[in-house]
Amino acid sequence: MRSLLRCLLAVYLLVHGAAWAHKPSDSYLKLDVEGATITGQWDIALRDLDVALGLDGNQDGAITWGEVRAKHSAIASYAFSRLTLGPANAPCVPVVAAQLIDNHSDGAYAVLQFTATCAAPPPALDIGYRLFAEIDPSHRGLLKLSAMGFSSTAILVADATSRLLPLLAPSKPAQFAEYLKEGVLHIWKGFDHILFLLALLLPAVLVRSRVPGEFWTAAPTFRAAFIDVVKIVTAFTLAHSITLSLAVLGIISLPSRLVESAIAASVVLAALNNVRPLVFGMRWAIAFLFGLVHGFGFASVLSGLGLPQDSLVLALVAFNVGVELGQLAIVAVFLPVAYVMRGTRFYQRFVMVGGSLAVAAIAVLWLLERVFNLALLPELGT
Amino acid sequence: MGNGSVLRWIMVAGVAMIAQVAFAAPFVPADDAQVLERLPLRAADYNRELDRLKAATNAAPRDVNAATALADAYYRIARAEGDPRYLGYAQAALKPWWSDVEAPTPVLVARAAILQSDHHFDRALADLDRALAREPRHGRALLVRATVLTVQGKYAQARAECPKLYGVAPELYVAVCVATVDSLTGKAAPATASLQRAMSNAGVTPEARAWAASTLGEIAARRGDPLAEAQFRAALAADPRDLYTIGVYGDWLLDHKRPADVIALVRNDARVDGLLLRLALAQAAAGQSEAKATIEILRSRYAASRARGDTVHRREEARFALWLANDPATALRLASENWMVQREPADLRVLAEAAAATGDTAAKSTVRQWLADTGLEYPAVAALVAPRAQGGK
Repeated sequence: MRSLLRCLLAVYLLVHGAAWAHKPSDSYLKLDVEGATITGQWDIALRDLDVALGLDGNQDGAITWGEVRAKHSAIASYAFSRLTLGPANAPCVPVVAAQLIDNHSDGAYAVLQFTATCAAPPPALDIGYRLFAEIDPSHRGLLKLSAMGFSSTAILVADATSRLLPLLAPSKPAQFAEYLKEGVLHIWKGFDHILFLLALLLPAVLVRSRVPGEFWTAAPTFRAAFIDVVKIVTAFTLAHSITLSLAVLGIISLPSRLVESAIAASVVLAALNNVRPLVFGMRWAIAFLFGLVHGFGFASVLSGLGLPQDSLVLALVAFNVGVELGQLAIVAVFLPVAYVMRGTRFYQRFVMVGGSLAVAAIAVLWLLERVFNLALLPELGT
Repeated sequence: MGNGSVLRWIMVAGVAMIAQVAFAAPFVPADDAQVLERLPLRAADYNRELDRLKAATNAAPRDVNAATALADAYYRIARAEGDPRYLGYAQAALKPWWSDVEAPTPVLVARAAILQSDHHFDRALADLDRALAREPRHGRALLVRATVLTVQGKYAQARAECPKLYGVAPELYVAVCVATVDSLTGKAAPATASLQRAMSNAGVTPEARAWAASTLGEIAARRGDPLAEAQFRAALAADPRDLYTIGVYGDWLLDHKRPADVIALVRNDARVDGLLLRLALAQAAAGQSEAKATIEILRSRYAASRARGDTVHRREEARFALWLANDPATALRLASENWMVQREPADLRVLAEAAAATGDTAAKSTVRQWLADTGLEYPAVAALVAPRAQGGK
């Protein structure tokens, strides 16, 4: 019990002890530019605001929420008189939407959420940053700027001159590499796609057994297993490329809950087919049919990343190539291992039946979650 | 891993997750009375003096003496509390002259002190050279110059400054200046003897006594002399809140496998990054489960420091990477970068430890060359980089 208390104390210190940390003064400014509108969040340390505005009304060394609330309008006008967004002759006009509190590694911060409206969509962003310039010249503003799905960072120094930060998306090769990476990451992190693919691939190193009561037996040659894998992967790829393109180009759109539920259902069916097979040699057809559904799932991820309208096709191709590369990497690891183990009882019973049942069980939970909008599992699938 | 420790792990992970969920996103506090932040309490002790100095500068914004008095007050708080925000306030107090190359002499000296605290050693030296060209017997300028040159490892130049301090600085300061440089250049025994003699003189202030005793402790620690502990304790008896001594005494205790004493020593000053590092090293050495949480706090502090482009933590971060993050390659990179800027024995030691851990022959030969060139007596470091030495600490 004592050691448990010590652990709780450690966690308590992790959260609260940090409030005493000594570090130089930083603010954290997040800006998201979309057209002529800038959505922003600005975190400013209460300790620094106290030096500027005297937050600690009763001078007891403790800043309460009531004391901060009493100064909300003073905080907003102090902060925004020291930040200029947009051209000097026509700055974007900020309106504070909410003031909250957040804890950073060195204590509590006031969080200003705001929207700034510009006269016209800025091709590049002028930033004039003067927060605490007269109090603490070593203060820095740590900026995270996003526009068109790409983000950049900058360290803002409080001084009189403003900085012009480019908003144009990075070069085409850099964009291609970025979307390629997202594609690879998506297939690796999106467990539902991996499980679907593995469920279809597990039997690829096996063939239908002639012995009554046994469904599967080891494939005779690597060539046979390899051809089966190629057929399945090609069918899956072809299918999800078609629907991914159709959805991203805006030709078809499906409600995401329907798509996500259908993806979960596809995993259940593919896994159960390994336990009580209905489809043997034609699994590429399942791959194609459900691949169409998975493509819609990829599309929602890709649009979530924010798509550059001027290079939509580039992003689409890069993301798709990334998905394929990620998929090939999984196959390259799976196939040799599965081929070597295919004759063992461990593979045929434990992996094939036990593994498939486990996959089916997870996918059933996903299906329930997605159909009924519940949260049963930790966030894993997409 | 026994059942108990597994259970403990799960509990910690669970509580940590809840804590994360509760604190990861901005929130609206439920209650007006909820305390969000406690201001540094000790700052209140300084407020009366600061208020007086601020009133003076407000009354005469271009008055050099009022401005430097305020800057120096902030500088002393920054040193005493280990809080870098006060260095920023000190800089603000000198704002009218901050970018002025030919600023008045008191501003040059105050600016040099702030610059060297941020590791801008060359800019600090430029200011001091200009100040001393105008006023060759400026005690504080001489003292800061000797300190900066020593930190840079320019011992001949540093040693030449010390005798100039006679008559313009307390006598014990002259003795510390001489003993520090001598002890780094192969004369540790005579340096110890002469500094001990100087300390026996009457009329020594507690701060000066703490500084001298701490210096003696460091010399003894490098030589492997067990009397180091008595000196560190004497220093803390004279000035219990001397953060520098707490740090070096903590290192000595770590070297002597006394993590419990380290924890007791630094516990109340864990808001200072350098002492939090000692706390983490001690908790890890004692096998305490708290180490994990402390390591995460340190990691986030180093990340925050890097995000703003600071490099003042490289020596400490190298130790962190080597002993707590199990990342000797990063430790070697940080220790090497740090060695380009500062060359105190502690900088040499972490470079030697990282070189030993990675087996990097170039870094080892850098350390061996330094020991040979300076005559520094530091057997523990020499053993790490001996031609056939194996492994780290």
